[in-house]
Amino acid sequence: MNGLEMTPLLLSLQLAAVTTLVLLLLGTPLAWWLARARSWVKAPIEALVAMPLVLPPTVLGFYLLVALGPQGPVGSVWRAAGGGALVFSFSGLVIGSVIYSLPFVVQPLQAAFETVGRDPLEAAETLGAGPIDRFFTVAVPLARRGFLTAATLGFAHTLGEFGVVLMIGGNIPGKTRVVSIAIYDHVESLSYAEAHVLSAVLLLFSFGVLLTVYIANRRVTRIRLS
Amino acid sequence: MSNVAARFRLSLGAFRLDVELDAPGRGVTAIFGPSGSGKTTLLRCVAGLEHAPAGRLEVNGERWQDSDAGLFVPTHKRPLGYVFQEGRLFSHLSVLANLRYAARRRSGGLSRVALERAVEWLGLGAVLDRFPERLSGGEKQRVAVARALLCGPGLLLMDEPMASLDEESKTEIFPYLERLHRELSIPMLYVSHSRAEVMRLADHVVLLDAGRVRATGPVNEITSRLDLSFGTETEIGTIAEARVVGRDDEFGLTYLEFPGGRLSLPAGRDLSLGERIRVRLLARDISLTRQRPGQTSILNVLRARVVEIRDGESVLPLVAVDTGGTVLLSRITRKSLVGLDLRPGVEVYAQIKGVALLP
Amino acid sequence: MALLALLLGGPLSAAGEVRVAVASNFAAVLAELSAEFESASGHRVLAIPGSTGKLYAQITNGAPFEVFLAADAVRPRLLEENRSAVAGTRFTYAFGRLALWSARSELEVGDGAILKSKNYRHLAIANPRTAPYGAAARQVLDRMELWQDTERRLVFGESVGQTFQFVSTGNAELGFVALSQILRPGFEASGSHWIVPSELHQPIDQQAVLLSAGRENPAAVEFVTFLRSPAARETIERFGYGVE
Repeated sequence: MNGLEMTPLLLSLQLAAVTTLVLLLLGTPLAWWLARARSWVKAPIEALVAMPLVLPPTVLGFYLLVALGPQGPVGSVWRAAGGGALVFSFSGLVIGSVIYSLPFVVQPLQAAFETVGRDPLEAAETLGAGPIDRFFTVAVPLARRGFLTAATLGFAHTLGEFGVVLMIGGNIPGKTRVVSIAIYDHVESLSYAEAHVLSAVLLLFSFGVLLTVYIANRRVTRIRLS
Repeated sequence: MSNVAARFRLSLGAFRLDVELDAPGRGVTAIFGPSGSGKTTLLRCVAGLEHAPAGRLEVNGERWQDSDAGLFVPTHKRPLGYVFQEGRLFSHLSVLANLRYAARRRSGGLSRVALERAVEWLGLGAVLDRFPERLSGGEKQRVAVARALLCGPGLLLMDEPMASLDEESKTEIFPYLERLHRELSIPMLYVSHSRAEVMRLADHVVLLDAGRVRATGPVNEITSRLDLSFGTETEIGTIAEARVVGRDDEFGLTYLEFPGGRLSLPAGRDLSLGERIRVRLLARDISLTRQRPGQTSILNVLRARVVEIRDGESVLPLVAVDTGGTVLLSRITRKSLVGLDLRPGVEVYAQIKGVALLP
Repeated sequence: MALLALLLGGPLSAAGEVRVAVASNFAAVLAELSAEFESASGHRVLAIPGSTGKLYAQITNGAPFEVFLAADAVRPRLLEENRSAVAGTRFTYAFGRLALWSARSELEVGDGAILKSKNYRHLAIANPRTAPYGAAARQVLDRMELWQDTERRLVFGESVGQTFQFVSTGNAELGFVALSQILRPGFEASGSHWIVPSELHQPIDQQAVLLSAGRENPAAVEFVTFLRSPAARETIERFGYGVE
């Protein structure tokens, strides 16, 4: 296997890792707010968060192509602020992946926070913990399963992403040719052998990651109960 | 004088809370009433967990809420301790870590209790390393109480802390609460729907019904008022704090002293000298004579003075007599009332046939 | 319908239907051709657009298409070889023409000299491995000895359709698209373009073939014939393709 073959895989891993990190940072406050909000705004925002679940990735990709392009609302502002091109860049892929994997991170986090409920937080409040304090010392530890699920799902989902990357990536080797695109290319050009190899590596790797996460999850539970 | 002065008006759906509360700055004030009367809501308002749109709250001279002035001190800045009905221990922390959580977050405070003392007071030495899911109901509540104490509160709030416990756990935890009552110098608000708990622990009672205060006063007064649905007619009586001063092992008697005299009763074998205990003297167990009774089988005879006649026109009026420190109630027939010419100021002797130990 | 056919002097066969699988880049032209065909013959045309590769895969797996208009010559030949198509019916219906296009008004494409400059960040072409227009673009760059200089600035569209998207949204300042895409009636191409001389690349041979499923369908046979008629060829040329 020559080195170039593995670059798409490394690129995919990088994309998945960066996207997951960004989503955890952005998604946690959003999920927290959603878990506790009571205003009428909650339902529309929940629907918006869930949209990437039902939107065809190519639709999402197409609108990103326009929005992130030089005349689009995001692209023009970005360029005016001195940034480079967003389309055909790794940053653009991160933006696309963040939108596309958003519900996979926000929903488990929201569910976990909802399960935590108000009770332990009120108790912490009576013990003198301010809002930020209670969030980090009570809500987050109690919701740690949710964080694990969110990170795992976000990572795995981005790893397999195809449609959005196809639309705005430009298939540039070493920059935006992620493993899903590379496999597709091999298939389209009838190079089945390469396609098989890349797919197998991706499959094994994903399975390994998921297995590790779920085993670690069970271990944590078992220690607590002993 | 330190106290808890509160006024809250709040609507929760169809329920309306409209209370004015003035509780003393020491001792246990029980908030008593049937389910749905708003007891927990009131307690939560005092804690700041519910934000009553119209409210005033002053605790020990500090203003915690004043809606007119737009003042509302958030809960985490109020020096209070709160014991929830379900305990609400942090399941991701051990008992010790739960206690430390409180100890770390409040410095100063009116009644600073060190960690070791709290552990000793509540008997938690054996369970410090355990996690909440491995504790019994009684143990959980004791941890909850210790944790609430450790934030150095100026006010302790307890919301039916024994409601979720079985009889055995209740019996186990009562002594700890009574000890708290004796040793703490901070006021306690204790929500309960159990008469037994109130009679055993409260100094002051606030009676709540359908979101309004129906009556408020010392526990004696409240438990013995006819017009309140607190006690049934046959249970009207007086609660007194007594101390064990002696024992007669030959006859199996225990001698108690209370503000008003001395009592002896054929029970309380397991009580120790000097121990404090509450007793209940029911009106139907007390009869009156105008002269000191001679040879009578009743052991407990106390001198007293009539202070009030209630329901003088009914068949069974109630006579309130002051034994020099405690007012006792005696239920007699009207015929006797008239026959003995009992009027306020008249000297009598109260014969107490039965003394109920609380519990 | 039959009355109309009579009035127009068309053939007296009953009004039929023909299913035509067509490469996406030719779909617009097919729509125009279908209208002409329908008014002339009374037969209806059902168009199924898609990428040549996918349509090929579907046909070999039994899709009920009757005529195949591919964007290359390879797939029709393969179909002929594995008997999914009727032998002897394969022919070139159009030659793809390349255009170098910039949608940005500040760039003047001229006659391709812009490629040598540094004034653009991204040059879009279709993926040479999977799309004939991409392969042709690569050939042009090789002939102009510009592959080395431009390689780093290349972005690859999955198809010439996606390449067009990249250029039209301005994300790629320059791109090799199909001439037919720019000349499409109703589309006002902004910026400027250069029609690439066909000598600079291998012919983009777009071939058509009658599929086995359409062998017995008179409408299908008539359609294939129609494609070679002068009227059809004139339309095809008008849309920016070359004809034989």
